[in-house]
Amino acid sequence: MAIIGAEQTPGFPTTAPHHCAPAAVPRGARVQAQGWGWKHAGRDRPAVAGLEMDIPAGQRVLLVGPSGAGKSTVLHALAGVLDGGDEESEQTGTLLIEDIPAGQQRGVAGLVQQDPESQVILSRVGDDVAFGAENLCVPRAEIWDRVRGALQEVGLGPEEGITLDRDTSRLSGGQKQRMALAGILAMRPPLVLLDEPTANLDPEGVLEVRDAVMRLVERTGATLVVVEHRLDVWAEHVDRMLVLEPAGGISHDAAPAELLAPGPVRDELAAAGIWVPGYVPEPVELESRALRRVVEHSDEHDPRSSSVSDASNSAVLLTGTGLSVSREPRTPGWRRRFSAPPAPAQTDLDVELDGGSAVVVTGPNGAGKSTLLLSLAGLIPVHAGMLAAGAALKGPRGADLPDDPFRWKAADLVSRVGTVFQEPEHQFVTTTVRKEVLYGPQHARDPRSGERLFTDEEAEQMADDLLELLGLTHLGEMNPFTLSGGEKRRLSVATVLAAGPDLVFLDEPTFGQDANTWAVLTGLLRRLVAEGRSVVAVTHDRDFIDVLDARVVALR
Amino acid sequence: MTAVFPAGAMRSDQGVPFDPAAPSRPQRASLLERANPLAKLLALLPVTGVLVASMDWVSSGIVLLAAVALLPVSGIRPLEFLRRAWILVLAALVSAWGTALVGEDSGATLVAAGPVTLSEGSVMAGLATGLRILAVALPGVMVFITTDPTDLADALSQKAKLPARFVLGSLAAFRLLAVLTEEWRTVGYARRARGVGTDGNLVHRTGSWLGQAFALLVQAIRRATRLAVTMEARGFGAGERTWARESRFTALDAWVILGGIALAVLAAGLSVATGSWNLVWA
Repeated sequence: MAIIGAEQTPGFPTTAPHHCAPAAVPRGARVQAQGWGWKHAGRDRPAVAGLEMDIPAGQRVLLVGPSGAGKSTVLHALAGVLDGGDEESEQTGTLLIEDIPAGQQRGVAGLVQQDPESQVILSRVGDDVAFGAENLCVPRAEIWDRVRGALQEVGLGPEEGITLDRDTSRLSGGQKQRMALAGILAMRPPLVLLDEPTANLDPEGVLEVRDAVMRLVERTGATLVVVEHRLDVWAEHVDRMLVLEPAGGISHDAAPAELLAPGPVRDELAAAGIWVPGYVPEPVELESRALRRVVEHSDEHDPRSSSVSDASNSAVLLTGTGLSVSREPRTPGWRRRFSAPPAPAQTDLDVELDGGSAVVVTGPNGAGKSTLLLSLAGLIPVHAGMLAAGAALKGPRGADLPDDPFRWKAADLVSRVGTVFQEPEHQFVTTTVRKEVLYGPQHARDPRSGERLFTDEEAEQMADDLLELLGLTHLGEMNPFTLSGGEKRRLSVATVLAAGPDLVFLDEPTFGQDANTWAVLTGLLRRLVAEGRSVVAVTHDRDFIDVLDARVVALR
Repeated sequence: MTAVFPAGAMRSDQGVPFDPAAPSRPQRASLLERANPLAKLLALLPVTGVLVASMDWVSSGIVLLAAVALLPVSGIRPLEFLRRAWILVLAALVSAWGTALVGEDSGATLVAAGPVTLSEGSVMAGLATGLRILAVALPGVMVFITTDPTDLADALSQKAKLPARFVLGSLAAFRLLAVLTEEWRTVGYARRARGVGTDGNLVHRTGSWLGQAFALLVQAIRRATRLAVTMEARGFGAGERTWARESRFTALDAWVILGGIALAVLAAGLSVATGSWNLVWA
């Protein structure tokens, strides 16, 4: 890496990568793009093209745009982490930070990304925060001053009970993001870049991180560029909003209040799936036979026919009495006897789930919401108490199944209870989108005979209907891992619904989703409930609770 | 931002003061924990050398005795030690049994049942094998338990001068391993929810296991890519860097290395003196 232009800009010595020399950097950096564009290796179209912008030092900018507009590409380019070494990727125009091409300098831009887990580098909080400063050759004595100051600035100081040797894996998502922020603060960069830093956080975590960011830029005078699709979090705190068009440069550039005032621009943003403040999308009305209850007839001669449910809505699907739930295995191996088993996340819970109900589980971080969900869904064993599936959930063919869903085979579970995980990729088991949706119905079995529950034609029909319903038909032959975030979410829901479960569990289904996916998802779940199937979700999303008219179970 | 706290005034999560050389490192309690990781590795070298060179129970026995005697100094609770080392103990027992069974018979026959014969010679060979495995493995386990990965990385890059890029990359990857064990379980639950059974015959189970392993691999690569971006964005890469934590050699480390050499000399010496020294390549 050569430090091109370092001599032409006196007063802005860059951090030289090859020898340790103390670097003096300005408080805020000016960012300019002139006809800048980027094409990733192996792609036909550029991710960004014709980008023109000029951000003065110290300005706070919110960069928005529909998914696929290349917002992250711009941030990565500014942070100097785009893979320019790859000969097949193409750059056009110029992207400058303080008149020096971005990517040719280190320590000028600090970046916080979306996934808290991949922001953590080392296992002790103090070491993690010191990491960036070390790389910038900050002398040892000064590093620790910076680390302590930065941690205090983001609210992770000793007052909050966080010591420098705190195990980083014991931090919550919001704390991890604030620690990443502290790591950047310790580098004292004149440019701070945030790539949806709060998308995976609960409402409390969102505010913690937002407030820490605003304190940081207030104090340091650094230039701030935030990419976020939930605009209400940032709109009041930034000076300027830039709207990025897919491969079309900046389409709107004004103060947030101006762009977000009722008018065509606001409508345009909302239509693109961006969460403009004060706007709750109307759930999409969906109607499809794929969403109807699959009702088993006890008639042996016609076991596979299905029809709309009529009167069985009040049937109890699942009852739990005195439940204790924990992620740790219930019967510890003999080696674990040397250490006491951890306390359950929740004890003595009573649960009753009826057909056609919508339930939302809320509660603070670490309250065991997801653990409860996994336990009820028959994926992990309960530690104490009784969990029993009702006759309505077992169905006539499953009358002989054990009461506890955890003891069911996966092939029996899949047609009765569906679970949508927070990370869609965890659930992909095949190589194409279409096969993914076919997998459930092809593997569901009749518990008595072990025969397939659905014929090939039925499975194909179901897959076609669901793909159509969720707008995934044109992606049928794509690999699930190559889809966008919203498409992955819709696919993961489709795969779980395909085998016709009466009870569907979802873990934070709306995290990080744009307004359009949100509207499809809520519309779909609302329809399921109307059809007499039941939905249980762990979420902090107030709007989700409202549109589903869900019963709220708050864990402590 | 200036210093808010006098260094060392704060207590760590474990309620002990911090190491003045590294304000994020709690002051360790036991001698072995306080020693520099590199010194411990250097002490292991001659000991392991002797054990590898000679196949006899005297040298192995001495090293094993020393290891057990050092347990209190290491600060490892015996049960904790067993929990970590049980698989090695098992391996040693299995090897001892195997060697006793198939080893060349000599001396008095102890057991003769059909094709199975245990003689004095084969039993002694089995014992020596078992002891040797334990003697090589247990000191290593002790060093492993008493060494913090971050401290090891500091020592390797600051004292052994290994490239920081390699050492810190490995350290971050090591941390990721812990995250991935958690993820392995989650992927397992997620696949059961999709109807992927883990029951059935061996072929079916193996297939299901491979599928889960592949899913984890995909996640591992994604995580590693994102982590690499995070590290690069914090200025990690080519070039010089400073070290927030100082890896130091103290008088204790000299004693640790000397102790290792002394133990090696003692084990070899006694073994030769008792006539049991038995070079494997001789």
